[in-house]
Amino acid sequence: MSEVVVFRGGRVVDPSRSVDGVGDVVVVDGWIADVPAEYTPPEDARVIDCAGLVVTPGLIDVHVHLREPGEEHKETITTGARAAAAGGFTAIVAMPNTDPPTDDPAAVGYVVAEGRKAGAARVYPTGCITLDRKGERLALVGEMVDAGAVAITDDGSPVMDSGLMRLALLYAQAFDIPVADHPEDLTLAAGGAMNAGLASARMGLPGKPNAAEDIHIIRDILLAELTGGHIHLQHVSTRMGVEMIRQAKARGVRVTAEASPHHLVLTEDAVEGYRTEAKMNPPLRSAEDRAAVRAGLADGTLDTIATDHAPHHYDEKEAAFQDAPNGIVGLETALGIILTHVVGEGVIDLSTMVERMSCQPARAFGLPGGTLAPGSVGDVTVFDPAAVWTVDPKAFRSKSRNTPFGGWELKGRPRYTVVGGRTVWEG
Amino acid sequence: MTTAEPPLGKDLIGLEPLSREQILSILDTAEPFKEISERRIKKVPVLRGKTIVNLFFEPSTRTRVSFEFAEKRLSADTVNIAASGSSVSKGETLVDTARNLEAMRIDMVVIRHGASGAAGFLAERIPSNVINAGDGSHEHPTQGLLDLLTIRDHRGSIEGLKVCIVGDVLHSRVARSNIYGLLKLGAEVAVCGPPTLVPRSFAELGVSVFHRVEEAIEWADVLNVLRLQLERMQAGYVPSLREYNRIWGISTERLERAPRDILVLHPGPMNRGVEIDSDVADGPHSVILNQVTNGVAVRMAVLYLLAGGAPERAEAAKHGGEA
Repeated sequence: MSEVVVFRGGRVVDPSRSVDGVGDVVVVDGWIADVPAEYTPPEDARVIDCAGLVVTPGLIDVHVHLREPGEEHKETITTGARAAAAGGFTAIVAMPNTDPPTDDPAAVGYVVAEGRKAGAARVYPTGCITLDRKGERLALVGEMVDAGAVAITDDGSPVMDSGLMRLALLYAQAFDIPVADHPEDLTLAAGGAMNAGLASARMGLPGKPNAAEDIHIIRDILLAELTGGHIHLQHVSTRMGVEMIRQAKARGVRVTAEASPHHLVLTEDAVEGYRTEAKMNPPLRSAEDRAAVRAGLADGTLDTIATDHAPHHYDEKEAAFQDAPNGIVGLETALGIILTHVVGEGVIDLSTMVERMSCQPARAFGLPGGTLAPGSVGDVTVFDPAAVWTVDPKAFRSKSRNTPFGGWELKGRPRYTVVGGRTVWEG
Repeated sequence: MTTAEPPLGKDLIGLEPLSREQILSILDTAEPFKEISERRIKKVPVLRGKTIVNLFFEPSTRTRVSFEFAEKRLSADTVNIAASGSSVSKGETLVDTARNLEAMRIDMVVIRHGASGAAGFLAERIPSNVINAGDGSHEHPTQGLLDLLTIRDHRGSIEGLKVCIVGDVLHSRVARSNIYGLLKLGAEVAVCGPPTLVPRSFAELGVSVFHRVEEAIEWADVLNVLRLQLERMQAGYVPSLREYNRIWGISTERLERAPRDILVLHPGPMNRGVEIDSDVADGPHSVILNQVTNGVAVRMAVLYLLAGGAPERAEAAKHGGEA
């Protein structure tokens, strides 16, 4: 007996096949099935009425921090995977800046095993570029890939040594994985707590200039060009950064890049009043930077929307601004924020949103999914584009509540998150 | 004795959020309080029964003592807490410190903290009045106010005066409070110092930027000279203190070339021979000790107003009443 799930009568948006129209999606035994137009499901099939809803290939977030091992008071692999499912994500890519860092095959294997146990969104691990994230020697990249790592990154920190970064970009090509970099020149960003500019001058906080990010973006582009490797630039936040990536793509450099929901929606104004829930790295920047990130998302310079979900315990954020840690949670607000303030404000259309939140993340990281083509994994996200709701951080599945979006009224909310034909979230 | 709407609100966190009228009312309230410190018995019952905690996370002598005199001359009961030797040095968070103070039912907290925003952070979490005695590089409002009062004492009015703040503007809470206060009272404001310590973005606040002190002296009626901390040299902002003195130091020789009689302020503590030469500090241009005297009066005024006192009743309050 086959297990059949039918998503009936929804607006199916699947840019991987240029599909946007009302129809059915059928998952049989965990895989997308090829069915005729007049398909009659078996009697024991689960039929989900999707009238008025949008059905897309499962959303994928290539940048989340699950904090396990080491900081389980902030998040665990299980709670993070559940938060992802509640946010409409069928797969997430976990960053390796855990404690200890995920820098060997055993640590990578642990993330894989815990992710499977969670039974929520799929969890794909990454491994560190360098041992212990120290930026000194390459980690066991090949063995980590064998254990399940889908990329390498020292996220949270850049690899400051350009020579080592060159080696990483060369070595990773043996395994066909991207090298993801958190682009930041630490000597320029040193001590910075927010964007450098008028607001930081007024507030008396040390600033991180755009140049700190831009210098590493161009460095990484030049190294990708030199080596032929695939560089994936994380959370791009500057206008020059976007422009340099645009030009690199035009030259054919293998570069992919992320935009985060907060850099698409907020500016440094959100920090006003020393609001630690708006403190992250890279910092929220100027309105011109935000406009450039939006334009980059629209024209495809920035391939993916990634949340940089960064949970922190509430009392760590309850501190003076410069003492509070960087980062905000994003998994459970991303879809609503993007639908309301990016699609809703006409920056991109719905199909482009699915492209940036599903198809391209899958492509950039070589992951299953990102399409509803027959034979693909049965990962499906169904959301109600008209549902109006208010963000209540206390209701998050994540262990942490550190969001600048608490109290925001959003339009658009996940209804079903389906992984391999199994419903992992129903809202 | 109390007004319905406290004239300053609950807290004094900075001069940026205050209106011109509020700043003037503090300066005007300070005038009658000056006289208390000249009496033989320096005590009036204005804050009798009020409990004030002076919470100093950073070392301070001048500001802490000035606040303490202001509080005691107004008859408040005061407690000093210094970060070293307190629970803070045992790892207690700012939030917990605040909650514990609150649990002891105090009326006011005067806080000095190394982090910008710390005073506002505390003010949002406790119902007591909070006075910022310096938070990181953000603001030091009572210093700004005493500078304004001293300038007004010597020049009659702030309106139209050209005031230049010289030195480490980047890291200075004194500079920020001066800029906001002076601009609101109608002064023209400039900042001067090495470009490493005087960020370009300050121009957007509405101030002129000089990088050569000769130009600043040519332009200014008043110089407010900031302390250059030794750490700035260690961090590479300036190559040496000697070079700083040669290029940006305020000397008699430089002041003598000024087209007008310049008033020189310094928030202290001074590095003689670095940002200011001794013959300037001790000379006829200097009003540095007047600043210290005015500091007590300004802080009395702030305490009185936050306790609900009315500016127009300050003179009467001195002679018996409580705030």
